[in-house]
Amino acid sequence: MRSFAISEVAIDPARLRQALHLPQCGALVCFEGWVRDNHMGKAVQALDYQAYRELALSEGERIMREAGERFEIVGAMAVHRVGALALGDLAVWIGVSAGHRDAAFSACRWVIDEIKARVPIWKREHYSDGISEWLHP
Amino acid sequence: MKVSVHYFAGLRDRAGCNSEEMDLAEGTSLTALYAQCCARHGIDFPRERLRVALDDAFVSWDHGLHDGAQVAFLPPVSGG
Repeated sequence: MRSFAISEVAIDPARLRQALHLPQCGALVCFEGWVRDNHMGKAVQALDYQAYRELALSEGERIMREAGERFEIVGAMAVHRVGALALGDLAVWIGVSAGHRDAAFSACRWVIDEIKARVPIWKREHYSDGISEWLHP
Repeated sequence: MKVSVHYFAGLRDRAGCNSEEMDLAEGTSLTALYAQCCARHGIDFPRERLRVALDDAFVSWDHGLHDGAQVAFLPPVSGG
């Protein structure tokens, strides 16, 4: 199973995790990316995420497919939030199940790194001094 | 030919719109189109830092344009 999704509403990790709970798997590694209250020394109050939806979905699916080719995994799912998020909200969830833990750890790390580098989604941070800016690293 | 240009994130703020239709001379390149958009909206984001998409797929800057093309100029991403 491979899937990449974009969600306008809160991500439900319990439901996603259930879909990866497969009998041939001995390991599940999850990554949760949360909205943090600071960035480069500035206090952050909230975030917006904006996506180029069509391209984000196709590039995200491509990453999940590539993960299946690179690593000995069984299931891989990723969901990225868009819209307005508050501190502590879950912004991205990734789960990878595999026969053994090594592949699950490696694939999960690879998937989040590829998503951050390749998927057309942008973050705007709102700072406590009233300024907000899109991050274009 | 008519093409639609789509903006995201910082470029969208600068352009002041999500997308716009532009009427181009035949043979206009993607780089020339980006230069036109920059001039129109005062965008100063260097092209070398952008990726470009045509009809919902990444393409290289030397890819040709066609009537009805959907073009998106993509600033560096910051998801995750």
